[in-house]
Parts: sequence; structure tokens; C-alpha cells
Amino acid sequence: MTNQGPFLFLVALLVAAGIGTAAFRHASYRIPLLPGEQQTVWQVEARVEYTALGGATQTYLTLPPEQSGFRLIEETGAAPGFGFNITTQGIQRRAHWTKRDASGQQILFFKLALVQDPAHAVDAAPPHGPVEAPHWDEPYRTAAFQLIDTLLPITADPQSMAVQLIDVMNRRPADPNVSLLRDRYSDPILLARLLNTAGIAARTVQVLELEDGRRRQGLAEHVQVWHQGIWHLYHTGTGRVPDDANLLLWQTETPSVLEVTGGTNSRVTFSMISQARSMLELAADIRAPGFSLSLYSLPIAEQGMFKLIMLLPVGALVVVFMRIIVGIRTSGTFMPVLIALAFLQTELIPGLLSFILVVSIGLLIRSYLSSLNLLLVARIATLVILVIGIISVFSVVSYQLGLMSGLTITFFPMIIMAWTIERMSIIWEEEGPPEVLLQGGGSLLVATLAYLVMDQQIVRHLAFNFPELHLLILAMVLILGRYTGYRLLELRRFASFGPIARK
Amino acid sequence: MSWISPFTLRRIGVLGMNRRNVAYISRYNERSNYPLVDDKLRTKLMAQKMGLSVPDLLHVITTQHEIEGIEPVLSSLNQFVIKPARGSGGKGILVIRGRTPDGFRKSSGSLITLNDVKRHVTNIISGLHSLGGRPDVAIIESLVETSDIFEQVSFEGVPDIRLIVFKGFPVMGMLRLATKASDGKANLHQGAVGVGLDIGSGRAVAAVQHNQVLVIHPDTDVPLKGIAVPNWPSLLSLAARCYEGTRLGYLGCDLVIDRNRGPLLLELNARPGLSIQIANAEGLLPRLRQIESLDEPYMSVDERVQASMTWFDRRSAAEQGSLWTEEDQEEKAGATA
Repeated sequence: MTNQGPFLFLVALLVAAGIGTAAFRHASYRIPLLPGEQQTVWQVEARVEYTALGGATQTYLTLPPEQSGFRLIEETGAAPGFGFNITTQGIQRRAHWTKRDASGQQILFFKLALVQDPAHAVDAAPPHGPVEAPHWDEPYRTAAFQLIDTLLPITADPQSMAVQLIDVMNRRPADPNVSLLRDRYSDPILLARLLNTAGIAARTVQVLELEDGRRRQGLAEHVQVWHQGIWHLYHTGTGRVPDDANLLLWQTETPSVLEVTGGTNSRVTFSMISQARSMLELAADIRAPGFSLSLYSLPIAEQGMFKLIMLLPVGALVVVFMRIIVGIRTSGTFMPVLIALAFLQTELIPGLLSFILVVSIGLLIRSYLSSLNLLLVARIATLVILVIGIISVFSVVSYQLGLMSGLTITFFPMIIMAWTIERMSIIWEEEGPPEVLLQGGGSLLVATLAYLVMDQQIVRHLAFNFPELHLLILAMVLILGRYTGYRLLELRRFASFGPIARK
Repeated sequence: MSWISPFTLRRIGVLGMNRRNVAYISRYNERSNYPLVDDKLRTKLMAQKMGLSVPDLLHVITTQHEIEGIEPVLSSLNQFVIKPARGSGGKGILVIRGRTPDGFRKSSGSLITLNDVKRHVTNIISGLHSLGGRPDVAIIESLVETSDIFEQVSFEGVPDIRLIVFKGFPVMGMLRLATKASDGKANLHQGAVGVGLDIGSGRAVAAVQHNQVLVIHPDTDVPLKGIAVPNWPSLLSLAARCYEGTRLGYLGCDLVIDRNRGPLLLELNARPGLSIQIANAEGLLPRLRQIESLDEPYMSVDERVQASMTWFDRRSAAEQGSLWTEEDQEEKAGATA
């Protein structure tokens, strides 16, 4: 072939552009490749209560840092009568409410929605500078050093040290050193101090245990140990916390979760629910607001229309394939696609039945029309009116009989039906009924195949949410347009060459 | 229901629909030249200008209101053909062979009234038979009288000869005989018999109906093997000259032989069908490639016809009838006995 190079380049360009754009949109906008993919969304509500003393009040609530496993999609903290903003210190974010004059019971809410996404990874912030050994008073100092000295020989790294310490702390009967130290320190703080003393970077953190439907819950204190670039989370009662635990890290840096000035009796509690939401919905949630060249930016009704329109190229591809590769003859090149589109509304079997019914009745009436000697345009117009009549009668009768599916017949393109009847009738007169069955059957076969392809959830999903994949369809159609090999049915048509080839 | 492998087909050099469209029609036929062959009226006028023999043009009806005045035109005619100028696939051709007091006798023998004829013309003008329903004109032309040689072999209607002309060279030929099954039409897919013709001599080399090998005509029982088309070189030359008239590189010429006037050009086709290969039991590709590999700058019509007759000569095969297999002959002989 001439110009094969530029042609292949164009096809490759289309394929690359289609796949590239789809991959980019999948990766950056998180539009799911498969339909119906679900993700868990946690709706967390922090409720801050305090009694204002009258006068200016300021409230700081520490907010969860960006962390692996959770993706923040939404947060709101505005409260009526309060100034609100979010401040950032390092990786620790804090909500800040202010009011000039407040007295009595105050309630503030901070709501956030998080998507649980195991693929979401955030590089952990390393500890600030080298580990500072904490100061111990006697006799705790002796107890602490004794404890560490007994464990050092049997541990190899920060993690094994943490595991051994937790093990000792949970031993029954209690280790005397641990009992002594517990008088002064709570378990998480004790663990962190002991680890720091052993030269290991460790800190206490506040975590929120996520459980669907929990209300008025507090934060729990855990210990994080820095090892090999990752903060490992430990619970002083149970040891190592698995990565897939539903724990939301709430506070890591600042000393306190809630700071209130100008108020007393402050406390913060948490409520949460989990929701399963389709990934697609979430993708739409996070899409860039404002001007966007996306189908999602259209009104819902137009989106519904585009869901159908975007299926047309798929149907066209089926027709191109059936005609060029298989060699099936259809009456009207793309009539099958329009019929298939109607099938999408009517479902296959009712659609096929009503199509055949309408065309058959139309053919009967058309055979009478042919004796009236009408001009073509008038005849087609007559058929259009007749088709509408047949469809109305059919709808009313089927409704009266309680067959709701009969009503969907109105989705058939009526002008196309009229032309189909006209063409079929001419083929009937000129080439006989077998040709009518052949071409009509071919059209219905292609329409059915196109319907079956277009009806696939995955096809509908990809066609609408990844419109750029139509470039792939375009590339395929272009390639098929250059196909010069035999059609499948030609292998039968030319079968009589078999004996000649053998001679 | 038998099938053949695509590799075998390629080895024989059978031209498929896709390759015909991409590698021949779209490469050698310029779109701007299509209207000339798609419109039979323009073809006829072009042929007359080029001095090619065609059936006489008797009358042209272009508007609906002319139909009412059609009667005086027809009254002077005993035999005639009404056809749409832009009909596709032989659609809408009405052949009137004679008249009775009641009306017109079709080639099939059935009678139709003047009103039926008018309705037919109405249909033609409103575009019923043209592609896409475009308005059309109706042509009335003289009926071709079948020459004696074909009188006995054809069931009814005039046998026509299809020649594929590639870049001005006749490459393959086929005689199309109407049958009872094809309703007097010489259309292969309607059941007409296709008889492959040797380009070198105009003799029959093979015959098919409905893609099945034939030995005798199904209706007239005449053996097809002995058929030889008369005036063969002048037929080829008439077809070859159509290339100069149309500038279409891949052209199907439909010719007839009139009892009195000899070879006539009936119509031209810019998208000739592929069944001619089945009728010839031979693929088109080797012949097309032979001509494609030619680098003669210009050859006259006579030189091209001579060259084709030499290159594509299968006289020996035709005489022996070797393309009809032995089994076929016995089988058919047994069937008719």
C-alpha cells in the first residue's frame, strides 16, 4: 500500500492518545476503569464542647495529618458566630475557632469525609533531629536502666526492642521495675520514654478507632517507633498494630488535641459512620470545580443523552466489523445501530418482537399502497403516519393487557422504520421474499450483536467515563477500512474454487 | 455448505470484495468520473459522442407531468425498454416485447396495462430505484433483438456480456443468461447463469448458477460448453474504448449483441461484481497484476485488445472443456438422463 507509514503513524497516534488520556484520567482523577467499584467513605464528626467564661475565646482542634491509607475528600468546620480557619504547622493541621464574646455552653463541630484507599501512600515525616534521652528522677532512673539493660542483649533493632518492652510490661506477675515505673507514667508514655532512653526514636500519638456507628468516642494513645523510614504503630496492651486496622492517626506532633482559651470543661468526642460509595461518585466529587471540558460538567439530563450518544461509535464499530470482516449484508448501512439503540431502551426480546411486528404489519399495508400509484415522498410519508398509528395501537393494547414492555416501542426511530418497510417491500417485489428475509435477518442479527456489545456494563461505563477511548475505536475503524483480505462469507461464496485448486 | 480456506483463495488469486474496493476501485476509479457511468443517460450520450454503438434512445421522461403525455410516444412503439437512468443493480428495468389490445406484454409473457406502465415511470422518476431515493429520469430505448446464436440458449430476455476492463485492457468476460429462476433478468444473484468466456476466443470455459457448476442450461437444456460468442474481437474493442470514454481504470462493461446491429454497449459499471471469477473458474488478481506491472506509456485500443487476447488466451482449456471436471459432466449427464 502507498502511504502506509503516515497511516500507521496516525493510527498509533490515536491509540497512544486514547490510552494515554484514559490512563492519565484514571490515575489523577481516580475515575474507575470498571463500573460499580466501591470504596468505603468514613464520615467523622468531632464535637468540641466547653463552657465559655464570657469574653474572647479561642479553640484549637488538632486535625489528622495526611497519612497513608486515607484520602481526605471533604472537611467543614464553620460554626455560626465563630471565626474559623485552618492553620498548618509542619504536617500538623489545626482548626481554629475564635469568638470575641462568648459565655455558657459552646458546641463546635468539625466534620470530615475520608476515603479508605489502600493505594494512597504518603511519605512519613521523619523525627525531628536526633533522639534526646529523657530525664528520669530516681528511683525511676535505676528501674528504667535495669529494664533496658536486661532487654538489650536479646533485641536486634528498634522494633524488637518495642516488642520486648511491651512483652515485659504485660507480664504476669508484673515485673517489679515496670510496677514502679507505672506509678509515675502511663503505659504509652512509659514505653516511649524507655525507647527514647535506649536511643530509639519513638513518640506517643493519638489515634481514632474507626468503627461504623460509634458515637461519643475518644481518642486512644498509641506509640510510634521510627524504623527504616516508617513509623510503626504499637499498642501497649496488644503490641504491633496491623497496617489494615481501621485506625485514623489524629495527632502526632502538638502536645494536645484540644486547646481552649477563655473556657473550661472542654472536651472533644468523635462520632463516625462508614458509607460505601461508588468510586465514580467519588471521582466526580473531587473533580476540579469551575470551567472544565468534561462530560460531567453537563446537566444531568444531557449527561443521560450522552450516555447513549457515546455508545453509537461502539455500534458503528460492530457494523463495520460485520460488514468488512464477516460480510453480512444489511438493509441500510447504519440502520442496525439505530435499531440497537432502540433495543437498549426496550430490552432485546420485546424489542425484536415489536420491531418484527411493526415491520410485518407495515409490509402488509404497503402491499396495498403499491396499487395506489403514489409518488415516493407521499408514500414514505404515508408509511411514517402508518408506523406511528401501528405503534400507538400497539402501545394502547399492550397497556390494556397489562404488558408494560409494549410501551417502550415508542423508542423506535419511526422514520427509519418507515424507510425499512419501504425498502423491504421493494426488495420483496423485485427480488422475492428470500432476499427480504436475508437482508432483514442480516440487519436484525447485526442490530442484536451491536445491542449485546453496547449493553455490557463495562462498555457503557468506559464509553461515557472515558470518551477518549473513542480514539481507539476510531483507530480500529481506520484499520478495518484498510483491510483487503477476504470476508468470512466470501470463503463460502468462492467455495467452488476448491476443486479447481486441487487440480 | 462448503468452505474454502483463505490461503487457497489467495493462491488462486481470487479478488475479494475488500481488496476490490481498496486496491482497485478507489485507486483506479476517480470519484468525479462516477456520475458518467451511474447515469445511464449520460453514459449513452457519451457513447454516442465517442462513436460507440448503443441501443437507440427513443425518449426521456424527466418530470411527472410528462407521464400523462406518454401514450402517443408509446403508441408508435411495439417493443421497447423503460429503465431508470440511475437504477442500481438492474432494478426498475421494464421490458415490453409486444402489444395486445389490452395492454403491453412483458418479456415474461404477462400482460400489464398502460396504467401499470405509467406507475412504473412514476416510481422511476420519484427515485424508487435509485440509490438514496434521489429523483431520477426514465429512459425509453429500443429493445435489443437477440441474435440467432443466443436465441436457443437463453430462456428469455437478451443474454448480455460482462467484460471487466482494467486500464483499458479487457481482462475477463462472462456471458449472462436469463433463466426461469431469474425471472428473465440477467442478474447472477437472482439466479441467472454465468458462462465464463475465454478472452482469447470468446468461447465458454465454465458455467455457474447460484455458485454451482453447470453443464447445460437449466431451462433450455442447451449444452453450455459449446457456446462461442460471435464478433468477439469487435466486442472486446468496444469495451476497451469505454476506458477512453470514462477514464475509469477498473470498469465493468455490459454489452449485448443485436441481431441487426451487432455489439452494443448497454451500460457501464464503476463497481463491477466478483461473480465473474466464479463463472470463469479463475481469479482476477493474476491478470490484474500482469497489467499493473506493465510500463507501456500508451497503447492503442487495438494493441490492448491484441495483447489481452494473447495473454489471457485459454483456448486450449476451452476446447477441452477441462474446467468442467469429469465428475461434473457425468453427474450432470446422469441427472438429466
